Amino acid sequence: MSASATALAEAPATEGSLKVIQDATCTFCGCVCDDIDLTVKDNHIIEAKRACVLGKAWFLNHKTEDRPSCLIDGQPASLEAGYDRAARILVEGKYPIIYGLSDSPCEAQRVAVSIADWINGTIDTTTSVCHGPSGMAFQGVGEVTCSLGEVINRGDMIMFWGSNPAESHPRHFTKYSLMPKGMFLPNGRKDRTCVIVDVRKTKSAKAADIFVQIKPRADFEGLWALRALSKGIDLDPVQVKRDTGVELAVWQDLMHRMKACKFGVIFFGMGLTMTRGKHANSEALLALTRDMNAYTRFVAKPNRGHGNVTGADNVVAWRTGYPFGVNHSRGYPRFNPGEYTTSDTLANGEADSGMTIACDPMANFSEPARRHLASIPYIALDTKETPTTRAAAVAFTVATYGIHTGGTVYRMDDVPIPLRPSCESPNPSDLEVLTQIERRVKALIGITG
Amino acid sequence: MPETFILIPGRTSDQGCGISEGKFLEKYQREINSLQVAPGDMTRLGIVAGDRVRLTSEDGQVEVCVVPAKADELPVGMLFIAYGDISSKLMGGDTHGSGMPTSKGIDVQMELIRPAAV
Ligand code: SF4
Repeated sequence: MSASATALAEAPATEGSLKVIQDATCTFCGCVCDDIDLTVKDNHIIEAKRACVLGKAWFLNHKTEDRPSCLIDGQPASLEAGYDRAARILVEGKYPIIYGLSDSPCEAQRVAVSIADWINGTIDTTTSVCHGPSGMAFQGVGEVTCSLGEVINRGDMIMFWGSNPAESHPRHFTKYSLMPKGMFLPNGRKDRTCVIVDVRKTKSAKAADIFVQIKPRADFEGLWALRALSKGIDLDPVQVKRDTGVELAVWQDLMHRMKACKFGVIFFGMGLTMTRGKHANSEALLALTRDMNAYTRFVAKPNRGHGNVTGADNVVAWRTGYPFGVNHSRGYPRFNPGEYTTSDTLANGEADSGMTIACDPMANFSEPARRHLASIPYIALDTKETPTTRAAAVAFTVATYGIHTGGTVYRMDDVPIPLRPSCESPNPSDLEVLTQIERRVKALIGITG
Repeated sequence: MPETFILIPGRTSDQGCGISEGKFLEKYQREINSLQVAPGDMTRLGIVAGDRVRLTSEDGQVEVCVVPAKADELPVGMLFIAYGDISSKLMGGDTHGSGMPTSKGIDVQMELIRPAAV
């Protein structure tokens, strides 16, 4: 029996009977809802109460993949052979990279960082193509922050900038940010003002009291206009309209409301980090948030995508001192986004071997990066077949975290949440695979113990 | 004659569900291969739902199927596509020192390549 199966939250039900796992944790998105009641029949989830459409797809579509636990060069192989080959690939590389990790529990992330350290490799997570620019901005500006619990109880002005939670985090509004009745907001939604700033009138815009449709690629200008208004600086209405696509009067009204609220929150998304300006956009938003604290309480929170991308930032930071894009080639960690981040090490043709964990760069990276990844030996760990597992030298089919395996994940507000697995899997967990690879890596480089 | 638009790749419910259901299945593939175009642009360019168009950025070229954007979701001059394999082919490899390729707000040329079957 695999370790994942031994970690089941409840004893497995007998065939045909139903088992209910209460307060299971959904790890599809950064909301990490931990109030899902799962009904399991014959080792299969048939109901996921309280899960949103994405959570239901996550829970109800899990199945035991009809693929071997290990493939070497596309051919079925034993796990032992896979671990051996994987360790050799990593040890023999001159510039090995490890990438992904945002859909793995913290326990597995920790082992991945150890492997990177042993092989003098580079470790990066999907943060670098998500809120990596915000991670850079946090270092530059700092972060005025809070937990989602405080948002529930205090947040009377809720802003979303470049984020569409109605489609990416469907329970965000109902569970955390807009609808809940809180200690100081007894009437829930009625006590809150919702502002959405976006280039598109997204599905989320329907929930807004105020929707500000900004010009594409003008987030920095919009945020800087607000910063100026917060300080009482006069702005030219013609220039503001030209630069942001929004009338100065709209920004003035927004600033008036921001100053008047008791507890403002800006949730920001990849509309900022993926658009021209990137970390400068996030910096502008964090600086605006900081400025607002001269008048009232204001916080900013990135809306994180994957279930444990926040855990990846935390684990990599407490192991290396940096949140992502960390290089160990000199025997100590160095951080440099744009150099040690995976989009760059691949597109620049620098990495010569690698390991991807719970991510799909062969589908999500630029063409030069994909071409290079296809040309080097790499190991891929995933629960399902993806373009990345198809091109891997060694592909491991692993159990799904939160469904088959336990562990810890971090919600988007850095709150750690335990997982409650509900089903068994014939496949090993990513923790198991990484632990076995680490053991062999250490043996190959002559480290005992 | 191709026209320049600003392309916004982003998340959608169907794309998110499709990740769990299987990336090689029809639902996911259909979603990431569908380009939302503002109704105003479709009328102006004589494009109808189901037409195939070619998108060309500085870094790549893809062919996708047009679906009309809902109501006023998209302003004229802007296109939307669900994140995935297709949208990523239009990104460049350069991250401008940030680790993040420019993945939203990409300038693309759009040209009609095949009218819908009648
Ligand atoms: S909001 Fe996110 S974590 Fe919550 S049920 Fe939906 S997909 Fe799962």
